[in-house]
Amino acid sequence: MSSYISWVIKVSSLASQIGRSFAIAKKDMLIFYLKGPVVIMGLLFPLFLFIAFLIGRDLSHEYLFVALIAMTAFFTSTAVGPTIIPWEARSKTFERLISTPISITTVLLGDMQASFCFGLIITFAISLSSIFLHISLNLLIFIPAALLSLLTFSAMTILMSSYPPTDVPADVMMLSSLVKFTLLFVSGIFVPLDKLPGYARAITYISPLTYLVDALRYSTGLNGFIPLWIDFLALFIFGILFFALGVMVHKRVLEERFM
Amino acid sequence: MNVIEVEGLTKYYGNFLAVDHIDFEVKKGEIFGFLGPNGAGKTTTIRMLTGILRPSEGKIRIFDMNLREKMLDIKERMGIVPEMANPYIDLTALQNLMLVGRLYGMKKGEIKERCVELLRLFGLYEKKDKKVRSFSKGLKQRLSLAMALLPDPVLLFLDEPTSGLDVMSARLIKRVIREENRKGKTIFMSTHNMADANELCSRIAIINHGRLVAIDTPEKLKKIGERHTVIELSLEPFKFDAERITSADRIELLGDKVKIYTRDADSVIKEIVDYAKKEDLKILSLTTEKPSLEDVFVYLVGDKSE
Ligand SMILES: Nc1ncnc2c1ncn2[C@@H]1O[C@H](COP(=O)(O)OP(=O)(O)O)[C@@H](O)[C@H]1O
Ligand SMILES: [Mg+2]
Repeated sequence: MSSYISWVIKVSSLASQIGRSFAIAKKDMLIFYLKGPVVIMGLLFPLFLFIAFLIGRDLSHEYLFVALIAMTAFFTSTAVGPTIIPWEARSKTFERLISTPISITTVLLGDMQASFCFGLIITFAISLSSIFLHISLNLLIFIPAALLSLLTFSAMTILMSSYPPTDVPADVMMLSSLVKFTLLFVSGIFVPLDKLPGYARAITYISPLTYLVDALRYSTGLNGFIPLWIDFLALFIFGILFFALGVMVHKRVLEERFM
Repeated sequence: MNVIEVEGLTKYYGNFLAVDHIDFEVKKGEIFGFLGPNGAGKTTTIRMLTGILRPSEGKIRIFDMNLREKMLDIKERMGIVPEMANPYIDLTALQNLMLVGRLYGMKKGEIKERCVELLRLFGLYEKKDKKVRSFSKGLKQRLSLAMALLPDPVLLFLDEPTSGLDVMSARLIKRVIREENRKGKTIFMSTHNMADANELCSRIAIINHGRLVAIDTPEKLKKIGERHTVIELSLEPFKFDAERITSADRIELLGDKVKIYTRDADSVIKEIVDYAKKEDLKILSLTTEKPSLEDVFVYLVGDKSE
């Protein structure tokens, strides 16, 4: 009986922490969605990259669509997240936030939702371009692949904001951009996997973006190079790892943010 | 009943000992003042009590629960105004308050009611939809206190709540602290301002270099000073050699005046007269007084050589 009660208490406090993470997410959206760096990194960057990618090449609509969506999903869902905690430390709002009855995990879960929603809105808006490109999109693959990858990339920003425990958002911005571009270039967006030599292909497997690109290929009717279920599984595992590791590092370096 | 119990609380920053094995209790319903000069360890102590920093050693019990084990349960019942915390400047006053309410798991209707009440109390109602970016320091601090009070906590931590504020805001905040205490809240506040501590607190702990040097009511602390005398001296031409006054406990140079703390006024005065004679100095004035609470504070935290 008492173990039943303690179980009920645990579940209800978990539910209430999740509820409170929505409040964190809403706060992030109100504050960060319109900040200059977010707009630049999240909207303008993928746009220019895509144009650069497009120019002087004769590519099928499907191939273009896959690249467009993959870049959009990747850059929009990683635009907001990395700088939230450093920004809170810098503007001296972090101490009050974590002195309220919420855990660090709740804070990070909220920040992750804010990243996710930004990515979701923009990515799904951009995916309407499939209509003009006359692509017959398999939504049963496209929607879960997009959602899962947006979650995974959002979780990645939790890890990005964790170390170093700085209160200079620009530092995190630079480091996270470095990581993002690396992951982009080794992702198989620019060159299909089957055109890559073996060692290069092995490298692409470390980028979560590779699995999104591959899943998106399936959704547009192109052939993929990795079994679809492995694309999903890999994105899922990356997401869990990013979040768990991010929470762990954040907890460990928490004190250093007050030094 | 004790609301806070602290035993052997210690914090190192690397090798630097910021808080050194302090023990104290805070009783239900009191305003407990934590008084000390800058760098004494007040903020570090409050950050340990509010779960921001992990103590290097020692125990903290709040509401009779171990802080580390029951962190969230304990935090549900406390409100905090950190030393340098700002509200979110990109949000409005109302949005800041709503956020806090939701982080404490309050219901929407309940939050709204409480917001109106607090915005009125702090003279912020007209500005409720203005972004905090445009607020003065005093207004931000009022909002900060309103945010801490929103969930109606039974225990309130205030880290230097009136430091650097305009007179009106400081007064308003002190009035609210007193009122909230009368309604039953226990309040732990740090300050480096003697007058504030004297005016507000039922008990005061004096901390210096991370160590507690005294805990008592303001009245009893003044009694520590009773055996002492403060002698103020001014000489012409002004010249003073502290080494020559051997019966002094503590000597302070204030411009062209000297303040001497001693338990033996008779010997000190004789030494002064001797010194003045030998050096051929004119004694312009020499007064003796019983120490004020401020003198006690200075006496307790000051270095003899200062
Ligand atoms: N994060 C930190 N890292 C290293 N030293 C610190 C840190 N925070 C405070 N200190 C030092 O610890 C001492 C106590 O600081 P603090 O608790 O802020 O004092 P107070 O609030 O009484 O002014 C000071 O000497 C300060 O320089
Ligand atoms: Mg301080």
